[in-house]
Amino acid sequence: MDYSRLMSAQIQDIKPSGIRKYFSLAEEMGDCISLGVGEPDFVTPWEIRRAGIESLDQGKTFYSANAGLKELRRQITLYLDRAFGLRYDPDTETVVTVGGSEAIDMAMRVLLNPGDEVLLPSPCFVCYEPIARMCGATVTTLVLKEENEFRLTAEELRAAITERTKLLVLPFPSNPTGAVMNRKDLESIAEVLKGTGIFVLSDEIYSELTYGDERHVSPAAISRDMWERTVTVNGFSKSFAMTGWRLGYVCAPAPVTEQIVKMHQFAIMCAPTTAQYAAIVALRDCEDMVSDMREEYDMRRRFIVDGFNRIGLHCFEPRGAFYVFPSIEATGLSSDDFCEQLIRKKRVAVIPGTAFGAGGEGHIRVSYSYSLKHIKEALRRIGEFMDEL
Amino acid sequence: MDKLLKLLCEDARLPVETLATMTGSTPEEVAAKIQKMESDGIILGYRAVVDWDKADREMVESYIDLKIAPKKDFGFDEFAELVSQMPEVKSCTLMSGGSDISLVVEGRSFKDIALFVGKRLATMESVISTSTRFVLKTYKKQGHQVSGKNTDDREMDF
Repeated sequence: MDYSRLMSAQIQDIKPSGIRKYFSLAEEMGDCISLGVGEPDFVTPWEIRRAGIESLDQGKTFYSANAGLKELRRQITLYLDRAFGLRYDPDTETVVTVGGSEAIDMAMRVLLNPGDEVLLPSPCFVCYEPIARMCGATVTTLVLKEENEFRLTAEELRAAITERTKLLVLPFPSNPTGAVMNRKDLESIAEVLKGTGIFVLSDEIYSELTYGDERHVSPAAISRDMWERTVTVNGFSKSFAMTGWRLGYVCAPAPVTEQIVKMHQFAIMCAPTTAQYAAIVALRDCEDMVSDMREEYDMRRRFIVDGFNRIGLHCFEPRGAFYVFPSIEATGLSSDDFCEQLIRKKRVAVIPGTAFGAGGEGHIRVSYSYSLKHIKEALRRIGEFMDEL
Repeated sequence: MDKLLKLLCEDARLPVETLATMTGSTPEEVAAKIQKMESDGIILGYRAVVDWDKADREMVESYIDLKIAPKKDFGFDEFAELVSQMPEVKSCTLMSGGSDISLVVEGRSFKDIALFVGKRLATMESVISTSTRFVLKTYKKQGHQVSGKNTDDREMDF
């Protein structure tokens, strides 16, 4: 059969993630150490795991409501209010999804018409662009600058808006840069959006992982106007080290969530019930564990930023997530070449900035969700690599 | 917990420079803080965590629970201070529950420990009873999994 002729042309046109190449290469080379993984190295806290197991022991193996367990939705809205001053109704404005990923997918499908334009900061996480394209939308990239600490400025946004602009994606704290948007940054973004028909998709999956005195600020908490135009996506993967449980949520004004629940019902039915019971305990009882993990990440963050700067790879100090995004411009190599040579010569796998869009050229993404010992060894090898260049 | 103390509890061999970087402080400040914690008796010492089964040395560990009859001018504290001086006693704690004083005692053999209990502990005037349990196998020691199985099961996603 001629599969390529028969299958969806639109899907086949979408390029696979550029990252697989490095993972295959790392596997091929053997004894590689990686700073490439994008998930916590912590195991889900014991209490949360226990709650999942207990729900199974009690035979709670049925579907939940499409939008998710009522008690979980209630805990989500209590948490969002407590943590970020976000107000959502658990019954009409909150949907529990299969990871933040599903929430992003559903939100984009619900918001976008063919021909709409999506504004996407670059570099950013890899899923937004393919999903937007599957909706028939076009994507305009807003290349973020290191001199602005990879934040989106009001000027950059204003210059990019056209009459077709429908959606602005705000993926902060950022994977891959670790950048955050503070209140002032968001207020000036809000000012630009006022009076437009532009939605905001705010992916806040790393919201619990910010460092320094300022906590994460949610775009929807900036003003009533922003609340009305924002779809807030969050989840349990990064904050509670629950990546494998696949649980996220989306909160938005009722007309939006109504459409999302409909799509979610047809595509998924409901998020895994076991994970939902576990997540109730996560939100209710585990805030201390989140702050312990945050403190641990913070210490590693300081260590790795210092390490890269010592090696001679300039690294701006990220304030969120668990990535650093050092510049490799001093080497004269492209991101791709740097990563390939580093794997081949020193058996260290990091991700080229370009895997996250053109805005990532000249940088590498390095995860510090690894033990200190592991990070130390990787830095030692990268130091050697630099000396031998 | 204090960040510095937390780091030292995980790995006391981290260089002062690393500790300073990780806690957002200077090496001088870290060194001074450590010295103060040492002189204040907050940090009592630094030891390697050893899996004796792998090391070339015979070692038996036991947990000994004691019931004590406190006497005038010789209560739990006085008793505990006294047994703490015995080199075989590696840790000594006052406990809630069925027994009063709990000891961790190390020796070269079961016999060594049995002799220590029979001759040194049981004969003490305040001791009403002893209960000795020997460690058969250690799975986790001071936060370290003895099997050394610390594999990273994460697959390459991002």
